[in-house]
Amino acid sequence: MQSSSPNTRTLQEREQLALQIRRDIVRMVHGVQSGHPGGSLGCVEYFVNLYFGHLRYSLPFDMAGNGEDLFFLSNGHISPVWYATLARAGFFDVAELATFRKINSRLQGHPTTHEGLPGVRVASGSLGQGLSVACGAALAKKMAKDTTLVYALTGDGELQEGQIWEAALFAAHHNLDNLIVTVDYNGQQIDGPVDKVMSLKNLAQKWEAFGWQVLHCPQGNSMNAVDQMLLAAKAASGQALPVVVLMETAMGAGVDFMMGSHKWHGVAPNDAQLQQALDQLQSTTTDY
Amino acid sequence: MNSIKGKFPFTDKKDTRSGFGAAMTALGAANPKVVALCADLTGSLKLNDFEKQYPERFVQCGIAEANMMGVAAGLATAGYIPYATTFANFATGRVYDQIRQSIAYSDKNVKICASHAGLTLGEDGATHQILEDLGLMRMLPGMTVINTCDYNQTYAATLALAEHHGPAYLRFGRPVLPVFYPKDRPFVIGKADVLHEGVDVSLFCTGHMVWECILAAELLEDAGISAEVINLHTIKPLDTKTIAASLNKTGCAVVAEEHQVNGGLCDSIAHYVAKHRPTPLEYVAVQDSFGESGTPDQLMEKYGLKAANVVTAAHQVLARKAS
Repeated sequence: MQSSSPNTRTLQEREQLALQIRRDIVRMVHGVQSGHPGGSLGCVEYFVNLYFGHLRYSLPFDMAGNGEDLFFLSNGHISPVWYATLARAGFFDVAELATFRKINSRLQGHPTTHEGLPGVRVASGSLGQGLSVACGAALAKKMAKDTTLVYALTGDGELQEGQIWEAALFAAHHNLDNLIVTVDYNGQQIDGPVDKVMSLKNLAQKWEAFGWQVLHCPQGNSMNAVDQMLLAAKAASGQALPVVVLMETAMGAGVDFMMGSHKWHGVAPNDAQLQQALDQLQSTTTDY
Repeated sequence: MNSIKGKFPFTDKKDTRSGFGAAMTALGAANPKVVALCADLTGSLKLNDFEKQYPERFVQCGIAEANMMGVAAGLATAGYIPYATTFANFATGRVYDQIRQSIAYSDKNVKICASHAGLTLGEDGATHQILEDLGLMRMLPGMTVINTCDYNQTYAATLALAEHHGPAYLRFGRPVLPVFYPKDRPFVIGKADVLHEGVDVSLFCTGHMVWECILAAELLEDAGISAEVINLHTIKPLDTKTIAASLNKTGCAVVAEEHQVNGGLCDSIAHYVAKHRPTPLEYVAVQDSFGESGTPDQLMEKYGLKAANVVTAAHQVLARKAS
């Protein structure tokens, strides 16, 4: 089957894009005074590397995506970083970012296919479900002898959902070695540190015990490190086992007063805080 | 008088779930996009032949129904037509949020196929006898909800779903019942089957209660009452045109379903009738209670879901019409 190509940018260009996308995130969340800036900011390097370095896709967006790499966001609340990345990658007009969470928008609080937003293949938000859908998509590729890959991102708090572990069993049992899952391992969730709310204990051993290949990326907010991480994950695919990467990030990365705290999981900045954030994030192209 | 007697001859008795299994084997040959998913109940869902003949399109999910619904959504995204199968309890209540978000809201072409629905599951008892599934499924926007009455109709509905785009719930069961539908009767989603015309009272029924309503119509005929029997195999979208036409003629109705009186066909019809054509209605359904262990026959009798209960309800509604 014919494969699409990645929209590859240099690491330097990706750094510029990351700054702009961080501006987009804080402006979107500020603009509607709701949304989830913390996890969004923490995953910017992942999204930029994925969409501007690794993911093989074509536009206009095609729902089935046969012959393309697919991406599923299981932790749907970090929609701002996904929407901003999709817009900057040309899936839809960047001006539409201004409609985030507002009435009659395609940019719903949590991602959905319902309004036909290009780039989204399933609704997510109720946690723990996206990984199962990614498994189904990976299985479909196996059935169709389509050698492209399926990527999925989950939160770490999300791993407390039982369905994740049903999917983990399934992917290993069905040898879904075309599936690359990344865990946003920021150690924070709404009520506080994951270790205090419901500890995941030895997470790497858990995945290994479920029959997965486990990779680590201790620097999930380094553009170069995440690029290397995705290269390693792709190299690890096709070896009979599904691949999971534990990507250590800082919630709120890039904005000093948000960084590393669960308090910015789902809180919007006020006017002064927005300015303070934007002062740290120099515009690199143009704001929407 | 147009007699119902002898109108529905049958030579065979079979379970509705076997109609599903046979249709799946046929679909395996006819449509390369059809995939069967199962959660450790291959034999109960009668999918052994499909598994044997199309192993590459048979997906064993283990006892993990939530994941199965998500996997089905993923397969549908790629253009496959997944039939996700298990017992009705685990196909609806257990995985409601997965169906709601990953399938219904996401408009995935997934067929949720559920056996062992209702009291006729029998001895396993109330943990497995879901009587709320039709209500749960019909509340979801865009979900098609079907409850078939015999082997042949289940076979036809299973085939029809492959040609229909969109999320759907197909409910069938375990009891062995007369096969009274002609094998070649086409299944039209959303179009009720008028099985027998009558003028005094309408019997609106679905699933296993269709046969009980045919028996009831025979008993009513003996009492000089002409009953119209309509099989509302599709709960959603509801064929309100056929319902209205029947009520215009009879002026009263009994609604019969193997389900809670809340949420399913009774509520669907009451909702329509109250607004568009206020008419006396009586209900033959489970009255807001759980089931229990017993043979299917004993349970249908204890919970008031037999032909005799339909006859009693018909007399009650006829009296209300007259008053």
